[in-house]
Amino acid sequence: MLSLNRKTRGEAIFDLLNNLGMLLICFVTLYPIWYVVVNSLNEGMDGMRGGIYWWPRVFSFENYTAVFRNPGIMLAMGVTVAKTLLGTVLHVFFTAMVAYAFSRRELIGGKIYIFIGTVTLFFGGGLIPTYLLMRDLHLLDNFLVYIIPVMFSFFDLIIFMTFFREIPDGLEEAAEMDGAHDWSIFVRIIIPVSLPVIATISLFHGVYQWNDYFTGVIYMNNMDLQPIQTYLYRVVAQSSSNQMVAQIPGGVGKTVTSQSIKLATMVVTTMPIVFVYPFLQRYFVKGMMIGSIKG
Amino acid sequence: MELEHSAEPAALSRMGNMRPKTPRRHGLRKLYRQRHIQIMALLGIAWIILFNYVPMYGIIIAFKDYRIIKSIAEASWVGFEHFKAFFEDDNFANVMKNTLGISLIKLIVGFPLPIIFALFLNEIRSLRYKKAIQTISYLPHFLSWVVLGGILTTWLADVGIINDILLALNLIQEPISYLAEPDYFWGIIITSDIWKELGWSAIIYLAAISSVPPDLYEAATIDGAGRFQKMWYVTLPSIKATISILFILAVSGVLNSNFDQILVLRNALNESASNVIDIYVYQTGMLSGRFSYSTAVGLFKSVIALILLLIANSVTKKLNNTSLF
Repeated sequence: MLSLNRKTRGEAIFDLLNNLGMLLICFVTLYPIWYVVVNSLNEGMDGMRGGIYWWPRVFSFENYTAVFRNPGIMLAMGVTVAKTLLGTVLHVFFTAMVAYAFSRRELIGGKIYIFIGTVTLFFGGGLIPTYLLMRDLHLLDNFLVYIIPVMFSFFDLIIFMTFFREIPDGLEEAAEMDGAHDWSIFVRIIIPVSLPVIATISLFHGVYQWNDYFTGVIYMNNMDLQPIQTYLYRVVAQSSSNQMVAQIPGGVGKTVTSQSIKLATMVVTTMPIVFVYPFLQRYFVKGMMIGSIKG
Repeated sequence: MELEHSAEPAALSRMGNMRPKTPRRHGLRKLYRQRHIQIMALLGIAWIILFNYVPMYGIIIAFKDYRIIKSIAEASWVGFEHFKAFFEDDNFANVMKNTLGISLIKLIVGFPLPIIFALFLNEIRSLRYKKAIQTISYLPHFLSWVVLGGILTTWLADVGIINDILLALNLIQEPISYLAEPDYFWGIIITSDIWKELGWSAIIYLAAISSVPPDLYEAATIDGAGRFQKMWYVTLPSIKATISILFILAVSGVLNSNFDQILVLRNALNESASNVIDIYVYQTGMLSGRFSYSTAVGLFKSVIALILLLIANSVTKKLNNTSLF
């Protein structure tokens, strides 16, 4: 590392500007979120005047109390938590299971199976044919529409398969010698050694489940089964041209406005992911690499 | 896409190890021995056929006059009627203009930015600082488009920060309702998309950069190369293959405007700038119930996308010998 020792003036200027540029990018990334957070912590009526940039002007937790006391929002939160947990567990287990079978080189018909799957990466049925299928399967207004149609992904299968192929064969052979059959090899041997890739896919699918709003918009007329993102969509999309169209949920203090409740709901909705992702970073960085290079 | 597995010998030797006394097993017996993994595989194939192939079959309604009361098979054939209707529709030119306009600007501006960001981030010397910047840069990727839509409506509101700044600088005399004006829509879409995905898109490039052999840099340093020269002559050529592959994917996705994003931000007032193919498919299909017509528009899009993918793939193959397949 010659360059470390001999830092010329040009180098020093480069480093300074580069560091400043990166700080600017961090600011531009974080500030829009900060702006929403401080506004959500400001009294709603006062917030309508605008002008809150760095810190709440009239500090208040009212908006959050209103969110947590709103049965509609809480119900939608519950739907989101349920679909994220159940959906992610099923997606990861099912996709990994199929990927394990596909990764076994002696699998008869393996090449045909992989071809059948690869086609789906390039071509799909589109909105209406998919909608008609969901209707025929009685998945409209059905909680399972969040789970079953996304239980499997061929793209994720490729990531799993790449990982499974690198597991030393000896591990499975030893188990086979002991008389274990394929199901128990998968559950007892493959899954425990595949935790990094399972963490990656869980994060990807978990974020998808948590953030997806369109499934609720298109397949769910039953308001009791809409996830929080669909609930928020209905509030945000209604108010995108006119700030004050959204309804103020009932049973709430006078200082709370529809806008301030919206902001608090957005913050509450986003918190769980923001707290989780930094800890899973090393997994998804690796997962992105496998997905992009081998995929 | 390296999906082929041509490792029959490995599989055979593995089987051989298991049962050395039965060298000749015929197919059925082999199939029986692997019945468990066959069941696992076939469960997956069944799912793929039901949820991917059945909708693909459903595409034939694009060539039929499908009514919701009858079944797909009963509907009468109309050939390319719906495609013709789309090309002759008043919305056609506008939909294509919005789709291609937004996507091409995204491609020209949005594609190089993560590469540039990755190149400069790579030059940060402190490892901890670099990691911290990276972690922060991923954050917006994890926000949903609905939440980002909420952030944007807040920022762009009459009492929002953008109007506040422009009013304070005397650049405007009264607040502008940005989302109600078609003129601002493309800018809002493209800027917010870059803001959301810049750091995330850079992951792949950073990973590629980290595998560049360090002696290349040392050699360049001895040759007297400066930082910019090293970025240009060492780092960039080393990640050319990665760039090519992502470029192929970006080009083939040119008709794929970000549906989730646009659906949140569009409204009746900005419709002339926000009506892209995906939105048009949703509107005509789900909201107006023109199932066959909407499916035809969607099919038109998929076919063009596939053609673009093949073209982009063969062009990059010729230019620098990297391709997706």
